[in-house]
Amino acid sequence: MTFQRKLSILADAAKYDASCASSGTDKRDSSGKNSSALGSSGGAGICHSYAPDGRCISLLKILLTNACIYDCHYCINRRSSDTPRARFTAQEVVQLTLDFYKRNYIEGLFLSSGIIRNPDYTMEQVVEIARALREDHHFRGYIHLKTIPEASQELIEQAGRYADRISINIELPTQKGLETLAPEKNLRRTRQAMGGIRLRIEENKEARKDKLISAANKPKAFSPAGQSTQMIIGADEANDHEILHRSNDLYSSYRLRRVYYSAYSPIPDSSPILPAKSPPLIREHRLYQADWLLRFYGYSVGEIANEDNPHLDLDLDPKLSWALRNRSLFPVDVNRAPKDDLLRIPGIGVRSVSRILSSRRHHPLRLHDLQTLGISLKKSRPFLTTLDYHPAPSLLEGDRLRQFFLPPPDQLELNFSKKVAPQTNQRIALSAATGEF
Amino acid sequence: MKSITIRPTLASWRKESRGLLQQGVAPEYIFFDDGTQTRSLFSEEQLLTEDYPTPHKVKNATSIRMPKSFLGLAELVACNRENERWRLLYEAIYRLNNGEKSLLSISTEPLVRRLQSLAKEVTRDRHKMKAFVRFRKAGEDSHSGREQFVAWFEPTHSIVELTAPFFAKRFASFDWSILTPERCAHWDGDEITFTEGVDSSQAPKDDELEDYWRTYYASIFNPARLKLKAMQSEMPKKYWKNLPEAPLIAELTARSSLQTEQMIEQGPNREREHVSAKVPLGAQHPDTDQAGLSPQEALARIEELSFRQIDEAAVACRHCPLYEEATQTVFGEGPPHARLMIIGEQPGDQEDIAGRPFVGPAGQLLDRALAQAGLVREEIYLTNVVKHFKFKTQERSRLHQRAHAAEIHHCKPWVLAEILKVRPEIIITLGTTAAQALIDPNFQILRERGLQVTELAHLAPRVIATVHPSFLLRQKESRKAAQEFSLFVNDLQLAAISDPSKRLSPSPRQTEYHRDSFKNGR
Repeated sequence: MTFQRKLSILADAAKYDASCASSGTDKRDSSGKNSSALGSSGGAGICHSYAPDGRCISLLKILLTNACIYDCHYCINRRSSDTPRARFTAQEVVQLTLDFYKRNYIEGLFLSSGIIRNPDYTMEQVVEIARALREDHHFRGYIHLKTIPEASQELIEQAGRYADRISINIELPTQKGLETLAPEKNLRRTRQAMGGIRLRIEENKEARKDKLISAANKPKAFSPAGQSTQMIIGADEANDHEILHRSNDLYSSYRLRRVYYSAYSPIPDSSPILPAKSPPLIREHRLYQADWLLRFYGYSVGEIANEDNPHLDLDLDPKLSWALRNRSLFPVDVNRAPKDDLLRIPGIGVRSVSRILSSRRHHPLRLHDLQTLGISLKKSRPFLTTLDYHPAPSLLEGDRLRQFFLPPPDQLELNFSKKVAPQTNQRIALSAATGEF
Repeated sequence: MKSITIRPTLASWRKESRGLLQQGVAPEYIFFDDGTQTRSLFSEEQLLTEDYPTPHKVKNATSIRMPKSFLGLAELVACNRENERWRLLYEAIYRLNNGEKSLLSISTEPLVRRLQSLAKEVTRDRHKMKAFVRFRKAGEDSHSGREQFVAWFEPTHSIVELTAPFFAKRFASFDWSILTPERCAHWDGDEITFTEGVDSSQAPKDDELEDYWRTYYASIFNPARLKLKAMQSEMPKKYWKNLPEAPLIAELTARSSLQTEQMIEQGPNREREHVSAKVPLGAQHPDTDQAGLSPQEALARIEELSFRQIDEAAVACRHCPLYEEATQTVFGEGPPHARLMIIGEQPGDQEDIAGRPFVGPAGQLLDRALAQAGLVREEIYLTNVVKHFKFKTQERSRLHQRAHAAEIHHCKPWVLAEILKVRPEIIITLGTTAAQALIDPNFQILRERGLQVTELAHLAPRVIATVHPSFLLRQKESRKAAQEFSLFVNDLQLAAISDPSKRLSPSPRQTEYHRDSFKNGR
């Protein structure tokens, strides 16, 4: 098999992992006279290209091998699939990473692998590649290693020493879903492994802060960009409440930096119990929005989705949807309201809120000031008051307000049409952008 | 109006502006000519005839302020190709020096917004340069053997000098040049040098790795999620001509809908038997979701079970819902025949993660108190009445919640089993939950703390009740906290006294009796 063919198979096999972050790690670079080191990291992440699916290409995202002893129904690499199999040597991955990096195609490597022989054997190969990059080639770019809960603690320990981020995919939010679709995976084991990673990260941070340890003896950073995970959306029966409940659990229990949501996407040779269908892109987008509300806007899961209303509104973003359900809390006075209340106004983001806060110290804000700040009034106007503007009381009552925000009806029809061709799908999902606000 | 000639650099503008500010020249009287723009806005005549005030008051040079926040913004704005940038910067610095000190923090001010948006355009252009520069290998230096790479890039703004250091820090180990129409940057391993702009013919036309890169680009694309607009907003077409992967976009896009429809229509492969289901290979790992022995069963079979077996059974306990949200069972820890056993309420956030009792803030405070009381942690068996962390989440952290009576009831056999196995001489209960669960359901900790005089021989010859260290952590007032800490240490010290007969009533322990009474007591 040619190298090109291998690359094609092993990149194709890796594309269902949504994570691409290369930000938030330790600052390092290769400066210094006659430096033999390569690379830098630690600033904002850099997206070196974008594929026509709108996803950024920041890291060389590949599998070491796509052979796998697990049989997860949603996965193109499950052992019962007849997808062509390939395997890189460690040296090939190292060389390709360095070659791509030197040409400024990538920020670093995101290495994952199918499980071959057993979890530890697989993890050893993955860790060896990271070790070679760091120690033999003094590579200072970004490394993200995917691991599995069953790998031994020693290997996870090593992985964290070389990687900027290590991650374990939770895949599905409930044990029930895993039992149906990923029989070898177990929610409890995954959570315990994430707990173990959190513990190591925190112990490492403590040790690095310890003033009694001299700089030379300080341990190397352990997974300085933290850990992340991914959930597949729309493969199992889990509702949005269950998904967000799980995300919230992972953020608060294990301090995850990010939970990625990946709409279940049609794969060749799909499993009989999980036939191929168009990916639920809007739902994925709404989940990202809801996730943002949890992390940066002070919302609790119950406010966004709960057992009585377990599904997100696909037509409206979750913040607007919450505001429409809680109209008695509006309008909010832009000139007096505390930060937490400003953050709840639809159409006003975290950055706009901080601009409002710093500007209103100098003068009371009028409606046109908000426009100067770059705030879109279309969405926010019914929910706020300024020095010169109060929404008509009737505006916040009745169904007309919701109607006002709904997308035009022709798009709705498309949404309900039986067979949604990807082209029209794309039109509906234009706003979905990269899955983030 | 007066035309001020400057070079198109921030340094040159700064020098001239300082002089103008000293003279108190208002911005409406000046036009900065950096030699790169046409003067169509102002005719020569206008420039000559319009009023230009004679300097009225000359300020001291040291009184002119150019704050850091302004210079940071100005450095970026200066790179923008917008003709008006020098005048806008001057207007801002003039106002900053004439009574509007906090101008830059007022984002509603149109001038500030304008400068911010000019700076943002430059930031974005720099970011895209870091992203879209594509090096091609040009060879190796015949003397040093260093690899040499060259890139051709067309930035929108004048950002080469500002952005070159980023590349020098990242690609220190090989020689490189970034060629652009306006300015070129070169790195030789030692310093960055700049030369005049060139045209694209100076750059290499190809690189052997580009085929691999295109293969990767085509393979990482998911045809079922076509979102061209999203792509173009981040990778605008103006950059495409210098990106080796861009020529693939049209073809990948055109093919995608057909590919996706085929995958959906083809449906699953039902011919091959699905191999999964029957024997999951993962079953070779202990399936931690299998419920084990119930706590009651474990207690009933205490004689035949080893300590380890009890521990394992507790790890698999599913007899109350607390296991669902907790990470793991936190079982007791310490010498199996410890003289002293300390029993707390339940594990907290850090215990839940570490799987060990008393490692969080309350545990650290307990360690300090133990040391003061003359007790050695390693000689003590430490455990909790409830083995799972009960919490609610708030703002991405977990807050402890008191366990319900039913949850305590379900979990209690585990701690009783630990007591029976360890058979400590002394038990210290920490906090209300532990005391009420083990001593008396109506126990009042602050009133009845200390050595227990009532008969508790089914637990241990001596039982001491005291507060939980988390109670001490909650004391806000430092004097009260110190007071409570020393009371706590006093209680712990009761366990350090070696000869109990002088101090208390319960008769010396008889093991058999103690075990039986324990069973009967249930």
